[in-house]
Amino acid sequence: METILLFAPLLGALIAGFGWRMIGETGAQVVATGMLFLSCLLSWVIFLTFDGTTYTHSLFTWIESGTLYTDWAIRIDRLTAIMLIVITSVSALVHLYSFGYMAHDENFKEGESYRPRFFAYLSFFTFAMLMLVTADNLLQLFFGWEGVGVASYLLIGFYYRKPSAGAAAMKAFIVNRVGDFGFLLGIFGLFWLSDSIQFDVILPMAAEFGQMTISFLGMELNAANTIAMLLFIGAMGKSAQLILHTWLPDAMEGPTPVSALIHAATMVTAGVFLVCRMSPLMEYAPFATNFIIILGAATAFFAATVGLVQNDIKRVIAYSTCSQLGYMFVAAGVGVYSVAMFHLFTHAFFKAMLFLGAGSVIHAMHHEQDMRNYGGLRKKIPYTFAAMMIGTLAITGVGIPTTYFGFAGFFSKDAVVESAYAFGGQLGQYAFWALIVAAVFTSFYSWRLMFLTFFGEARGNKHTHDHAHESPWTMLVPLGVLAVGAVFAGVVWYNSFFGKTDEVGRFFGVPYAVEESHAVTDAAHGADAKPKAEGYAHYNLIGAPGEGAIHAAPDNNILNEAHEVPKWVKWSPFFAMILGFVTAYWFYIVNPSLPRRLAENQRYLYLFLLNKWYFDEIYDFLFIRPAQWLGRFLWKRGDGAVIDGGINGLAMGVIPFITRLAGRAQSGYIFTYAFAMVLGIVLFITWMSLRAGG
Amino acid sequence: MDNLLSIVTFLPLIAAVILAVFLRGDDAAAQLNAKRLALAATSATFLISLAILTEFDPNDTGFQLVEETAWLFGLTYKLGVDGISVLFVLLTTFLMPITIASCWGVNTRVKEYMIALLVLETLMIGVFVALDLVLFYLFFEAGLIPMFLIIGIWGGKDRIYAAFKFFLYTFLGSVLMLVAMIAMYVDAGTTDIVDLLAHEFGAGPINLMGWQIAGGMQMLLWLAFFASFAVKMPMWPVHTWLPDAHVQAPTAGSVVLAAILLKMGGYGFLRFSLPMFPVASDIMAPLVLWLSVIAIIYTSLVAMVQEDMKKLIAYSSVAHMGFVTMGIFAANQQGVDGAIFQMISHGFISGALFLCVGVIYDRMHTRDIDAYGGLVVRMPAYAAVFMLFTMANVGLPGTSGFVGEFLTLIGVFQVNTWVGVLAATGVILSAAYALWLYRRVVFGDLIKESLKSITDMDRRERAIFAPLIVMTLLLGVYPSLVTDMIGPSVAALVSTYDIALAAHAADAMVATNN
Repeated sequence: METILLFAPLLGALIAGFGWRMIGETGAQVVATGMLFLSCLLSWVIFLTFDGTTYTHSLFTWIESGTLYTDWAIRIDRLTAIMLIVITSVSALVHLYSFGYMAHDENFKEGESYRPRFFAYLSFFTFAMLMLVTADNLLQLFFGWEGVGVASYLLIGFYYRKPSAGAAAMKAFIVNRVGDFGFLLGIFGLFWLSDSIQFDVILPMAAEFGQMTISFLGMELNAANTIAMLLFIGAMGKSAQLILHTWLPDAMEGPTPVSALIHAATMVTAGVFLVCRMSPLMEYAPFATNFIIILGAATAFFAATVGLVQNDIKRVIAYSTCSQLGYMFVAAGVGVYSVAMFHLFTHAFFKAMLFLGAGSVIHAMHHEQDMRNYGGLRKKIPYTFAAMMIGTLAITGVGIPTTYFGFAGFFSKDAVVESAYAFGGQLGQYAFWALIVAAVFTSFYSWRLMFLTFFGEARGNKHTHDHAHESPWTMLVPLGVLAVGAVFAGVVWYNSFFGKTDEVGRFFGVPYAVEESHAVTDAAHGADAKPKAEGYAHYNLIGAPGEGAIHAAPDNNILNEAHEVPKWVKWSPFFAMILGFVTAYWFYIVNPSLPRRLAENQRYLYLFLLNKWYFDEIYDFLFIRPAQWLGRFLWKRGDGAVIDGGINGLAMGVIPFITRLAGRAQSGYIFTYAFAMVLGIVLFITWMSLRAGG
Repeated sequence: MDNLLSIVTFLPLIAAVILAVFLRGDDAAAQLNAKRLALAATSATFLISLAILTEFDPNDTGFQLVEETAWLFGLTYKLGVDGISVLFVLLTTFLMPITIASCWGVNTRVKEYMIALLVLETLMIGVFVALDLVLFYLFFEAGLIPMFLIIGIWGGKDRIYAAFKFFLYTFLGSVLMLVAMIAMYVDAGTTDIVDLLAHEFGAGPINLMGWQIAGGMQMLLWLAFFASFAVKMPMWPVHTWLPDAHVQAPTAGSVVLAAILLKMGGYGFLRFSLPMFPVASDIMAPLVLWLSVIAIIYTSLVAMVQEDMKKLIAYSSVAHMGFVTMGIFAANQQGVDGAIFQMISHGFISGALFLCVGVIYDRMHTRDIDAYGGLVVRMPAYAAVFMLFTMANVGLPGTSGFVGEFLTLIGVFQVNTWVGVLAATGVILSAAYALWLYRRVVFGDLIKESLKSITDMDRRERAIFAPLIVMTLLLGVYPSLVTDMIGPSVAALVSTYDIALAAHAADAMVATNN
């Protein structure tokens, strides 16, 4: 079953990519989509029937050299099962959606068939992503990691006629490669230390890594910290965290279904998955996890600030994604991996829906993406409006704290915020407040998007507005399904991801036990603690590293503590959400001239945000130009002047002389010349051998 | 078959002789006949060489299929293969029919062209199967001549300059190697490579004109061989002949040069330097590792700013060969496995990339990157093939390009983290230059007037690429095909190397204690 699940998308990609001439364009689309729905069905079967025990199917050997050994394998545990349903569900829906969205694309001319290629890429992406999450060793994970990178590259550059698409595709691949560089070094380091890169071997050794030192670049460093940092560099690239985030907004050059699937729901969350997968190692790498918290919170804040002022509807959502990924990393960094996965899970639904909704708007508006040219669309495209509204309610985290009423994002975001607070110390405080401020901004830019798009006056091209139309059913059905997810994914699985520790332990297959000393501390919390059911006992995760899908070190009690944070902490995301909404309402409904005046008053701040903190310009100055300059310098000066001119001056002096000789000779004589040379060598050797032999 | 290797080695030469003697005339029919005969001969050679695979036992780390007879002047004719050389033979026989098929469009002096390629094949195979020093030297050096002619006669407009630069660079290195071989004969009393591998060359320090030379005799011999192999690889800083040679060479010449001839240097290191002069190799390894790192970074940066497609790919070849030398002198299982894998894989990938350039050069007669753009619009199949090999060149997992890079890096990382880290930046740089090339040539809208009527690959061109695509993907997904063949021999090589070093260290201890 797992094998079918894994290879159905690959088969679909191959048939769509190479066989479409035989089965027709529509046939190719149907096959690819059908394969994906099959995978999706099997994924749900696995997810719902999974009992928490990790199992592995080996397919065949991959790279084997001395003690290095890797298989192609399918390893299923709870993390994988969660990723399976996220990937295949969103992917299947995006395939379906693309029937409508890609039906008539103005980037291609009459008679050019681009649809089979698009579906083939989408299916190939899904296959690579599945390989990533089902890997039983780091190398197969890396295969999937780079495979999704290529699929992403191909899909960002899908509109190959647009120079900006080509540039964005290249940027995405190269920036990701910077991260992959770190990832590879992490793999090398692990192999050096443990002689293996199999999860079953390295994860149980995590505690030992915490004690070992590795001599890296002439320094003696803690092994766990070093390797965790190197692997996290990979995660930073893939999940677009600060410093390596610059590719994600540009990736919006790709068709919108791609943004929904790859750049919102699945590929960009691979970094979070990696950190959770390596959770045993992370638990013994305090330096690395602190770094993850700092960077995750900073990204959440940074991306939210940039999202405030963007005018392209897709870029707003892209920065929003970047920001939400920061939330996930904070949760992973503080050591509550189940919550990181929880936010990943809910985010996949509502963010994919927001993107697909945006796609529906763009479709309706004839590929206009500037929100300044939208306005008043809620009447024209009511279903899209409804879907986007649900998505917005979900991402801003609408719900009533301390109850089970709320949208998906409400549960997971609050869980992240509470975990950050429970982490405590200065770092916990910093992360908590960064996330709260980011939550205000999230609410503001999400509502700004809604107000600019669906409310107020119609702006921009009148003709486009007059012809705005609701999308076909193939696009609306996925929106509907995702809407269900955006509403219920949180409440249904709340207890599994962020319930009491025993439930989380059961869900992730991690052993748990009653905490002995808890009676005392429980009483101390008094009124703040949640009301408890009769016979409630306090549990801790006690699995050894590598046992179950996630690991919590013996001193990691954040999951329990997160349930017992003060009430104001539980309510703060709620107030942040309200504050953002009210401000956006004030700015864009009550007093629409305010934003412009504010932008003029605070011109430099506005430009700073609009230009994304000038990261692209700084990188261009720091890396791209120097690299090109250095390349030219080495070529002209190094190869040209020094090597050809200097070291080989002798040879260079001889060559022109011989060239003149040879130039005089007709080319026919070259054979004679060559013959003479052969003869010369033979004679030379004969002489040598005779002399030596005699 | 007792003389399987001889048949494989000399079949192309026989075909060349037949061509030279019997084929008359230079009209279209004669040209076609010449091409057909060459294609048939190289294909037959490939098919026969497959028999080597069935006869060969990978778990036997000694030489197999050995042939030995007395030859002229008391010399011995001795051929044989082990796990290190056997795949290079197959790489050569596999690529030659493809190379011949790629020059179907040539129509100047076709007969001579085919003869040159056929002779070249014999000489290249000879290098990999020769088990006698003199024989090896003969094949190794004579191989220069057909290549020299291919560039000099069928090349571009600066072909004479490039041909001589190529010839002088490689030949000057060879002279030193010849001297070293004579010295080896004097020292060991034999030219039999099998015996030489068992011979222990002196490694005690010696004084030469007041200079104390660590590693002694081994060091001198090592340096002499290094001079030759480093140029052949080519290693930085003696690489500058390669871009010129590639730019001027015709497509088939570039393919053979990149795919096979460059591998002779790497093979030489594995056959001579590492096993015969272990002490010297150990002393010099850091130098080689650093030269390799410089090659990777330096030539990748230079590749980034090239405006000539062939030059760009040539520089990229130098960078990839940097991984090979790095892996070899990491001198552990992963490093050497990776180096051999990288050489095999680079044979397919660089060959295919030069063929990719050839496809559009045949149509537009220019290699200027600026002359292209938007080819995907009219050449979708070409765009797909070029994409695949670009990604393979970048070392994407799932293609053969990844395995070699990964193994050499993981091998060297255990020896020297600085080298490992710096070399791994090649992963980023290669993506930069390769995708930048692809974007400028294939992506974008097709707006240049001259390209408006360009046609996609025809059936022959597709057929040429098909086997290369299969091999690149197959070895990427199931590299055991290669590693199973080379693994035991490499393990033996590495362990002999380590034992030799340990013995030398023990000797040195005894010497100092006394």
